[in-house]
Amino acid sequence: MRVLYTWICILITVCAATAGDVLVALAMRRIGDLGDLRRHKGWLAMLLRVLTSGVLFGGIFFMTIAFFSNLVGLSWADLSLMGPASAALTYITNAIAARFFLKEVVSPRRWIATGFVFFGVVILTHT
Amino acid sequence: MMLFGASGDALLSRGMKQSGSIDVHHLGDLFSVISNPYVLLGIVALLAFMWSYMTALSFADLSFVMPATAASYVLMTLLSIFWLHEHVGPERWSGILFIVIGVGLVAGEPWRTGDPPAAIAGPDAEEQIANVRDASNGDEIKIGTNEAGIGGAKADGAREGR
Repeated sequence: MRVLYTWICILITVCAATAGDVLVALAMRRIGDLGDLRRHKGWLAMLLRVLTSGVLFGGIFFMTIAFFSNLVGLSWADLSLMGPASAALTYITNAIAARFFLKEVVSPRRWIATGFVFFGVVILTHT
Repeated sequence: MMLFGASGDALLSRGMKQSGSIDVHHLGDLFSVISNPYVLLGIVALLAFMWSYMTALSFADLSFVMPATAASYVLMTLLSIFWLHEHVGPERWSGILFIVIGVGLVAGEPWRTGDPPAAIAGPDAEEQIANVRDASNGDEIKIGTNEAGIGGAKADGAREGR
């Protein structure tokens, strides 16, 4: 049963982390280049624009869920399982989500790069 | 991002090692841990990391930013060797090699791709486009777009009608 709970935690962590990253990316795309905003509108207007973005806080909410789900998972499973499963898998799911939800052009080179990073993170977190 | 992410993790790790393990039945001890200067600095560094992450996403793709910033694992490993004096074996070095290759591959890619910003930007896009119109003078300001999409909506100052 504990194995099932662990995998449910991994699933929740990966989904929540991906949703968080996608929502933060979407929010920042809507807000626009922060450097440009600061130069043209000033610090205060830029901060106001960031802090009034509901999508951004939605993203942070999902990131928080991912953080606590990861913590709960760590209390049941070893880091050698939770680490690669949650950290590395998120790279793959983020690339997929970016392709379909953010309509980014994920070229074969980006897929290969994501694959290399995935295996690298698996090795790093497993050792 | 890489600097703040790696240093934040390393500072938190050092602070938590100094403070000792926390019993799940005494979660109140977490507050005493926060008073540790390394933990405090780690939290500040991770807040700075979040701001850098948001800034990067404001002009670059998620599928570009994620693999590119995985280089923080390399920096974190170097910090753990030289600052935390941890042993890093050949397996971890091979993991770092994979990440370096991945980061190298993504480095030559364009920062931003995909649909025109208006397709995904929603109501904020109209507001941003309206912002670059100089309403007080009624002058048209040419909107310069670059590959950064909506982030690149700049008032170039190419005024017409004068």
